[in-house]
Amino acid sequence: MAYRTLLGGETFRFDTLAQVMACATPARSGDELAGIAAESDVQRVAAQMVLADLPLSTFLTEALIPYETDEVTRLILDTHDAAAFAPVRSMTLGDFRDWLLSDAASPATLAALAPGLTPEMVAAAAKLMRNRDLIAVARKCHVTTAFRTTLGLEGRLGSRLQPNHPADDLQGIAASTLDGLSYGIGDAVIGINPATDNIPTATELLLMLDELIAKYDIPTQTCVLTHVTNTIEMIGAGAPVDLVFQSVAGTEKANEGFGVTLAMLDDARQAALSLNRGTVGTNVMYFETGQGSALSADAHHGIDQQTLEARAQAVTRAFDPLIVNTVVGFIGPEYLFDGREIIRAGLEDHFCGKLMGVPMGCDVCYTNHAEADQNDMDVLMTLLADARVHFLIGVPGADDIMLNYQSLSFHDIAYLRNTFGLRAAPEFETWLARTGIVSGTGQLTDDRAATLRLLEAG
Amino acid sequence: MSGADPWARLRAATPARIGLGRSGAGLPTRANLEFQFAHARARDAVHAPLDLAMLKDQLEGLDPVTVTSAAPDRATYLRRPDLGRRLSDEADLSGVTGEVLFVLGDGLSSAALEAHGAAVLRACLDRLGDTDVARPVIATQSRVALGDAIAQATGARIAVMLIGERPGLTVADSLGAYITYMARPGTPDSRRNCISNIHTRGGLSADLAAHKICWLLRQALRLELTGTGLKENAGALEAPGTTVGLPDS
Repeated sequence: MAYRTLLGGETFRFDTLAQVMACATPARSGDELAGIAAESDVQRVAAQMVLADLPLSTFLTEALIPYETDEVTRLILDTHDAAAFAPVRSMTLGDFRDWLLSDAASPATLAALAPGLTPEMVAAAAKLMRNRDLIAVARKCHVTTAFRTTLGLEGRLGSRLQPNHPADDLQGIAASTLDGLSYGIGDAVIGINPATDNIPTATELLLMLDELIAKYDIPTQTCVLTHVTNTIEMIGAGAPVDLVFQSVAGTEKANEGFGVTLAMLDDARQAALSLNRGTVGTNVMYFETGQGSALSADAHHGIDQQTLEARAQAVTRAFDPLIVNTVVGFIGPEYLFDGREIIRAGLEDHFCGKLMGVPMGCDVCYTNHAEADQNDMDVLMTLLADARVHFLIGVPGADDIMLNYQSLSFHDIAYLRNTFGLRAAPEFETWLARTGIVSGTGQLTDDRAATLRLLEAG
Repeated sequence: MSGADPWARLRAATPARIGLGRSGAGLPTRANLEFQFAHARARDAVHAPLDLAMLKDQLEGLDPVTVTSAAPDRATYLRRPDLGRRLSDEADLSGVTGEVLFVLGDGLSSAALEAHGAAVLRACLDRLGDTDVARPVIATQSRVALGDAIAQATGARIAVMLIGERPGLTVADSLGAYITYMARPGTPDSRRNCISNIHTRGGLSADLAAHKICWLLRQALRLELTGTGLKENAGALEAPGTTVGLPDS
């Protein structure tokens, strides 16, 4: 069915729902690369006007990617909660946006609604929103998860400590980990991206982290971000696996590019649950997503990258994750060209995830071939902290020496906590306060004695 | 102990930016400026063209063939990865045949290829003895999957793409190796094995990288696959070279 609208004396026609969605998306290089972006700013607004008048329920009857050929579509439609959806079922997308911004959409109402929302619905709503709208609504969405720490509580900002090393050197990784701990980082996870896809190395890294948190008695969880099939093998071999990691995308074919199926993710989750290693919760999964992953795998089906990102988040939702983050500026300028596009995408991804009930965090980052710098990251991290992002990623000095990109520094996360009064997860904060790294109200102190004690113990 | 830098010992273990100190929760001025300098240098590295004459000198005796991708210049290359995966119309690979194909690609860091490409290739050739290896192919404005197009054009069974990785702040000349069995256009990344971080500032040495690449090559030819079905498990070298070093500061 075709969609038409009259705007400024000109008739705009869109042949498919997918075309409406793609043309309604704020400009970005990835959709241009795919050849599906709006051809003009006026056409973009026309598509947004069409979208605003569409019933929300359109997305329950019109699949963007066929149900028969894509297991992600099947997951979305088969697990849709019609009862949760009932309060908004008669709204158009425009009504829905207005309602989300109103007081009627309270934290409790939004939490109850989450299982009734599909990724296409939230992606469409994001296309009608300005950056400030994305922040205002996301801040009302409270998502709490737990393993050895409790994340997502009011006034808290979680952090992943990412101590990567280009040769997976154990001492080097331990040194970066101590550095991060001295800034109060690591309550969401201490997570290493290994340099090689090698099970013996991944196991060594996991054992080292497990010993380190046991030695210092740190209440947190660890993860080696290797392929899910490796982690399943490691669990089978008795390795101390806290969290199972996997990158996922929003189409079956793109997930095939990652070498994963939904069934494999379920097997991995069951295996991790069987270890029963959590102390305050049982969320055992960690996922990464990012706009552009389906296009880069030539598996986008003509769907815009922001919508596919929301579908990737819907994949993660099915496995009760502890943490999920978009690696927003990681994939490169062919998908998000500059700081402006990265900031917009970071806010969209966070909004969509939270609205669906996903514990959404962000790797606030960029590569050296993108038109972006640390000032852009300062803006995005500050906006995300205000939107109450689940967690952010920190690396020593903002420089990941293994993956060759820039994320946030440990300093940056300490800035957000100190300047805006945000705090680490309560279990982890108790440890930080005991060691003297943070004050009684959770702020990093100028007292360096605690750092010295940490180093001397190591 | 008083006055000594408590981070000195730990700093020797990693090129990461640890122990920077802080002003409140912010970066001290000196560390902040050093970061800006590194970023400026990395930006320059992305845009520097490959020194083809120098690379050919390094490959003397190996008779390399040179091709370019369909991306005509760096600006197009950065925005259009699809063009970087296709061969230009002028590419001539008629003189290249063999079971195993090595491609040397500039990728996002021509400096990486200039620094380590020839060394890794020669270390691999030393290990491959009587394997049927094709003349090496140098490819500019290249993405990883350009190796698939080259493998198809030459009929190789297995392609090893040695390619410059995106420049980082600390290391702007890191090389990656992608090993793909029956590489053909459309091959998903899950069917490749990757050895990354080949460089001299705390990364893999050329010798250790070649050891791993050749282990994977032999397994791939025996099992007729690469990717998530083949786990790299080469073990250590008999006498490992320097795999962990200090950042040159």
